[in-house]
Amino acid sequence: MMPAPTLQLDEQVDGEKSASFWRDAWHRLWKNKLALFGLFVVAALSLVCLLAPLLCRYVIGFSYEQQNLALGPVPPNRAHWLGTDPLGRDLLARVLYGGQISLMVGLCATGVSLFIGVIYGAVSGFAGGKVDMVLMRLVDILYALPFTIFVILLMVFFGQYIILLFVAIGAVQWLTMARIVRGQVMAIKQQEFIEAARALGLRRRRILFRHILPNLLGPIIVYATLTVPEVMLLEAFLSFLGLGVQPPHSSWGVLIKEGAEMMEEYPWLLTYPAVAMALTLFSLNFLGDGLRDALDVRGSKD
Amino acid sequence: MPLLTVNHLRASFHTRAGIVRAVRDVSFQIERGETLGIVGESGSGKSVTCYSIMGLLPQPPGRIEGGQAIFDGVDLLALSHRELNKYRGLRISMIFQDPMTSLNPYLRIEDQLIEPLLIHEKIARAAARRRALEMLAEVGIPDPGQRIRMYPHEFSGGMRQRVMIAMALITKPDLLIADEPTTALDVTVQAQILDLMKKMREELGMAILLVSHDLGVVAGCCDRVIVMYAGRVMESARTGDLFRDTKHPYTRALQKSIPALQVKGRELYTIAGAPPDLLRPLPGCPFAPRCGYVVDYCAREEIGPLEVAPAHCSACLRVQKEKLPL
Repeated sequence: MMPAPTLQLDEQVDGEKSASFWRDAWHRLWKNKLALFGLFVVAALSLVCLLAPLLCRYVIGFSYEQQNLALGPVPPNRAHWLGTDPLGRDLLARVLYGGQISLMVGLCATGVSLFIGVIYGAVSGFAGGKVDMVLMRLVDILYALPFTIFVILLMVFFGQYIILLFVAIGAVQWLTMARIVRGQVMAIKQQEFIEAARALGLRRRRILFRHILPNLLGPIIVYATLTVPEVMLLEAFLSFLGLGVQPPHSSWGVLIKEGAEMMEEYPWLLTYPAVAMALTLFSLNFLGDGLRDALDVRGSKD
Repeated sequence: MPLLTVNHLRASFHTRAGIVRAVRDVSFQIERGETLGIVGESGSGKSVTCYSIMGLLPQPPGRIEGGQAIFDGVDLLALSHRELNKYRGLRISMIFQDPMTSLNPYLRIEDQLIEPLLIHEKIARAAARRRALEMLAEVGIPDPGQRIRMYPHEFSGGMRQRVMIAMALITKPDLLIADEPTTALDVTVQAQILDLMKKMREELGMAILLVSHDLGVVAGCCDRVIVMYAGRVMESARTGDLFRDTKHPYTRALQKSIPALQVKGRELYTIAGAPPDLLRPLPGCPFAPRCGYVVDYCAREEIGPLEVAPAHCSACLRVQKEKLPL
C-alpha cells in the first residue's frame, strides 16, 4: 500500500535521533537502570511462578498440596529449600503457586480497573456539565457502598470463583482511577491545542482519544502501578475472610497471614512469602516510575 | 458578495457575577483575498468575535445572543457542530496566539499536520504526507523530511508558529483567522511570520482576518482595519485612511500611545482611566469616560458606526455631528 518514496523516507529518517514514539520510550527506559531492574525482577518472578508446575515436578520434587504430617514444620534445609509449614507442605512450592494467584489478581484486576476507569473518567471529564455531574455522583454512590458486603453478595449469588475475585476488586478499584482521569481530562481540555484541534474540525471522539488521552499516560501508569499492590493486599484480606482463594490453593497474602500467626515459632513461614511480595511491589513501583518518565516525550533532553 | 459577512454579532458570558457583554453589535465584511485587521486592547472583544465565528466559544458560560456570520452564503452561527466541522479546518482555518501551547506535545508534527487532510479529504496517508512535506518547505522549515518526525518541544517558538500556519493552510482554506499570531514571539520572528502570512496569502488567494493589539502589525499587512473597544466597533476604514485621516478619538489615542512616535525623553502617552466594566455597561459611548473630546451628549445617546467619509465608518457621536479636528 505504501509507495516506495515514503518507505525510503522512513529509512532515511529512522537512523536519525527522531525515532518512533515507542522506540524513544524504550531508549529512555533502557537508560533508567532502576526501572530496568524492576522490569527484570517482575518478569523473572512471573516466569518462575508461571513455570511452577514444571519446577515442582522436576526441581523441587514436592507439590504444593503434598502433606507430610510426620515431618511437620521444619526450617529451610537441603530437601525443602524454604522449609515446610505445620502440615509438612513445601513452602517454596506454595510460594510459587501463591505467586500465580497473586500476580494474576494484581494484573487482571488492575487491567479491569484501568479499562473501566479510564474510559468512564475520560468521558465524564470531557463531556462536563450535567453528564459529568450524573456520572460522578454515581461514582460517589459506589464509593459509599461497603466493599466487603459487596463482595459477600457477589460470592453468595454467583458462588466462589477466582474470576469473581477479579471482578469484585476491579469493580471497586476503577472508581479512584475514574476520578483521577476525569480531573486530568478537565485540565487538558482547557489547553490551547485542544482548541486548535476543534478549530481543525475534528470530531469530539477523535479529540478525546487521540489528543487528550495520550497526554494522560503518565498519571495513568503511575496510578496503575500503585493499584497492583493495593489489589494484592485486597486479595489477601478477602482470602483472610474466607472469601478469596480456597485451601489447598494459596496466595502470597494467605501465606503471609498464616505466617504472621506463627512468626515466633516458625519465622521462615512469614519471611519468604513477605520477601516475594515486597520484591514484586518494589519492582513494580520502580518500573512504574521509569515508564512514566520514558513515556513523557517532553522529558527527553537529547 | 463578500466571503464573510458578520451582522450584528452579540456574544456574552454568563458568570456568577452577572452577564459580561463581550461583543455588542459587531458587523463587518471580508472580501475574497482581502486582509482585514481587528485592533483593540485586551478585553475589547476581538478574540471573542473570532471564537464565535469558529464555534469555539465555550458554551456555557459563553453564549451567542444574536447576529449572523454568513460565510459563502451559509450562516455559520446557525450550524450544528457536525455541520460546522465541514468548514472548520477545511475552508476556514485558525491560528492561535501562543505557538508553545497550541500544538499537542504528544503527537509528532507529521501526525498533526496531516490530520486536517485525513479528516476532510479522502486522501491516502502517503499522499497526505507528501503534501505535509511540501507545506513545511513552503513555510520555511529547513530539512522537512527530518523535521516532520519530531515532536513540538524540539521546535522553537517561531518554528512552531510556522508549523501552525502549515497546518492551517494545508487544506488551502478560503479564510484564515489569525488570533494575535505574533504576540508571543520575538520582534524579529514577528516580522518573519507576518511576511510568511503575506506570501501564503498571495499564493493561495485566501482572505485573512488578523486580530492584533499592535497597530504596527496591522498597519503593515492589512487592507482594511476595524478598531474595537468594549465589545463595539469604534472605527473601520482602509488602512491608509485610518492612519492619515483618523475619524475617532479612541483610534487617535491609540496612535499616540505607540512608543516609536514619541520625542526622545518625553513621557510616553497613555490613555487615562481603564476600560469599562462590561458587567455594567453604561449608556452612550463606552469611551466617553476616558475621551479628551467628550461632551454632554456622549454619555447619553446610543452609538453606532456611521459612514462619515467614503468607506470610512466611525461610531463617534461628535465626528458624526460636526467636524472634529483630531
